[in-house]
Amino acid sequence: MYVAVKGGEKAIENAHAWLAEERRGDTDIADLSIAQIREQLSLAVNRVMAEGSLYDPDLAALAIKQARGDLIEAIFLIRAYRTTLPRFGYSNPVKTGDMACDRRVSATFKDAPGGQVLGPTFDYTHRLLDFKLAADGEVAPAPEGDARQEPTPHITSFLKGEGVIQDEPLSEDAPGDLTREPMEFPSNRPLRLQALTRGDEGFVLGMAYSTQRGYARNHAFVGELRIGKVAVEMDIPELGFAIEIGEVELTECETVNQFQGSKTEPPQFTRGYGLVFGQSERKAISMALVDRALRWKELGEDNLGAAAQDEEFVLSHADNIQATGFLEHIKLPHYVDFQSELELVRKLRREAEERITPKEAAE
Amino acid sequence: MTEQMKSNGITRQEWMGLLARAPEDAMMPLWDRVADRPSFKWLRSPEIGGVMVRGRAGAIGAPFNLGEMTVTRCSLALEDGTVGHGYVQGRSKPKAEAAALIDALMQTEAADRLTELVITPLKTQMQGKRKARAAKAAATKVEFFTLVRGED
Amino acid sequence: MNAQTHFSGGFQDAPRDAAHAFRAAMTVMARPGEIRTLVGAEPPAPLSVAAGTLLLTLCDADTGVYLADAADTSDTRQWLGFHTGAPIVEASKADFAVGRWSDLMPLSDYRIGTSEYPDRAATLIVESDALAPKGAVLSGPGIKTTTGLSLPDIAALQGNAMLYPLGCDFFFTCGDQVAALPRSTQIKAEG
Repeated sequence: MYVAVKGGEKAIENAHAWLAEERRGDTDIADLSIAQIREQLSLAVNRVMAEGSLYDPDLAALAIKQARGDLIEAIFLIRAYRTTLPRFGYSNPVKTGDMACDRRVSATFKDAPGGQVLGPTFDYTHRLLDFKLAADGEVAPAPEGDARQEPTPHITSFLKGEGVIQDEPLSEDAPGDLTREPMEFPSNRPLRLQALTRGDEGFVLGMAYSTQRGYARNHAFVGELRIGKVAVEMDIPELGFAIEIGEVELTECETVNQFQGSKTEPPQFTRGYGLVFGQSERKAISMALVDRALRWKELGEDNLGAAAQDEEFVLSHADNIQATGFLEHIKLPHYVDFQSELELVRKLRREAEERITPKEAAE
Repeated sequence: MTEQMKSNGITRQEWMGLLARAPEDAMMPLWDRVADRPSFKWLRSPEIGGVMVRGRAGAIGAPFNLGEMTVTRCSLALEDGTVGHGYVQGRSKPKAEAAALIDALMQTEAADRLTELVITPLKTQMQGKRKARAAKAAATKVEFFTLVRGED
Repeated sequence: MNAQTHFSGGFQDAPRDAAHAFRAAMTVMARPGEIRTLVGAEPPAPLSVAAGTLLLTLCDADTGVYLADAADTSDTRQWLGFHTGAPIVEASKADFAVGRWSDLMPLSDYRIGTSEYPDRAATLIVESDALAPKGAVLSGPGIKTTTGLSLPDIAALQGNAMLYPLGCDFFFTCGDQVAALPRSTQIKAEG
């Protein structure tokens, strides 16, 4: 039964007003600008762009401000805005080989052409709180070296030359788009990659970690991790040629996975792939591990029954907006549903009591 | 219409790409230096939309949809019929309008002036920024040296 | 070709024009047989104003459009490409198809949807010489008793209605006039 009730408008209005006031906080403290969030909380901005699935740093910063720093709420705002945009078209696939790399490391080859470029990483920090930042945020400019002009080749291209890594066949098939057509199972790799790149970082990390701990272990090395800007090119019908319509910062992770061979494939290295908006390397590595785990079928591996191998499980639960929408809706009024449950429990108790009571009377 | 127009050593594809990627706060002050703006009529007034950005599995394999980016576009015609298109990253209608006007003017006799006032300085600025970033990255490149080499 | 021709003829005020056109398109689809005026676009020949306005309102980069025979010219392709970004596809892949009835046929070429997704069906925009509230007798959802509409091929359209909830939907256009026939409408030959 569904019963519409009215009421609460005033309460809702007042709740919104108080929310706005709480968001602003103490007015003796300076208001936070969008530019400050974009520049100084850039990794939060990156996460909102990746999971909101819309690259626009200013919008992501605004969403973070509006959501009081609740990143899932901010992602929700971006997803909602995204649906209002007319879609002009689809870009040509980005060429990550041409990336202007801020960071590029390989765990497999020390002396790869292009070298090990650490970039602005947390990796070698001591994770000690820096109390100087509390007093004053001024920093000296970072040192400069001899800028590399030429593109940095992908590590996997060397392995490919030797033929010891599984090939990644080029295709121009238009991929499915889960923002246009609902996900159906079994899915395919392009759709899985789309679901993973916009999936919740925590969920994808947890899934990836489960493979490392032995639930469908796939022995991953980070063949390469690179972060930097890539131009986005699109064919413009009225021009008759493609132009660059902008550039995006991306994190790309290619894993090289040990592989003994299977019924259908010879022993060779296999690949997992992660590509995420912004500087998001935890997410990119996680994505690559989960991508690799989900490829068991096409590589002729056994289904070990692990969660990370189950595409329906992974893809159906990776989206934090779907998840939070369904989860949080249970706090909204369910008065009628609950009344019927209450009636049922009372009835069952009455019946149970009636079964017991006659016996007691006979004793 | 597929032949590439070239003006002052730069192709139409290059200048449109440059204008698309240029930060608004770098491009607009340069555009403001162009004094006599031509009159024009809209063929498509500025509109904000999204483009689905694609990647490839394993960087070289099958395409997949990575996520969208915001783009603003417009098209206009100068009085002599020259058509200019603006496709720029982000959500700025003034920037899209400026890009379309510059695109149109670059196809006219004003190309020299536009190249000098806008295109060349913008290109230099953006290359400078890119190079400064690459230089900082280069400073974080690891130089390995051998501590001890075990020998039998 | 003059570069300006296929860039012109779009909506002057896209949000407002598209909203008016969308309302008219929805109204005629909700009230099968009702004839309305639909303006806003100025498409290249041979497209009618009503057909062009429907295309600008309903099509984008995600909707494949089939241009049937006479409607398939380089002018219409470029005009549609510039204003909507819609890819030109063959009949069997089309979300929208536009052309004269004889050019569009056979009806079996078009997608009729699936039982899970009946919406994955083609909508045909049929360019007509005349539109009149007489001819076939229509009844069903959106029609109080019965209404009349001139239709090109009653038997074929009856066959389509038999497929309900699957099947194609139709707009009929003539100049700046539009009428519609959804798959849910029952059709009888007059008399």
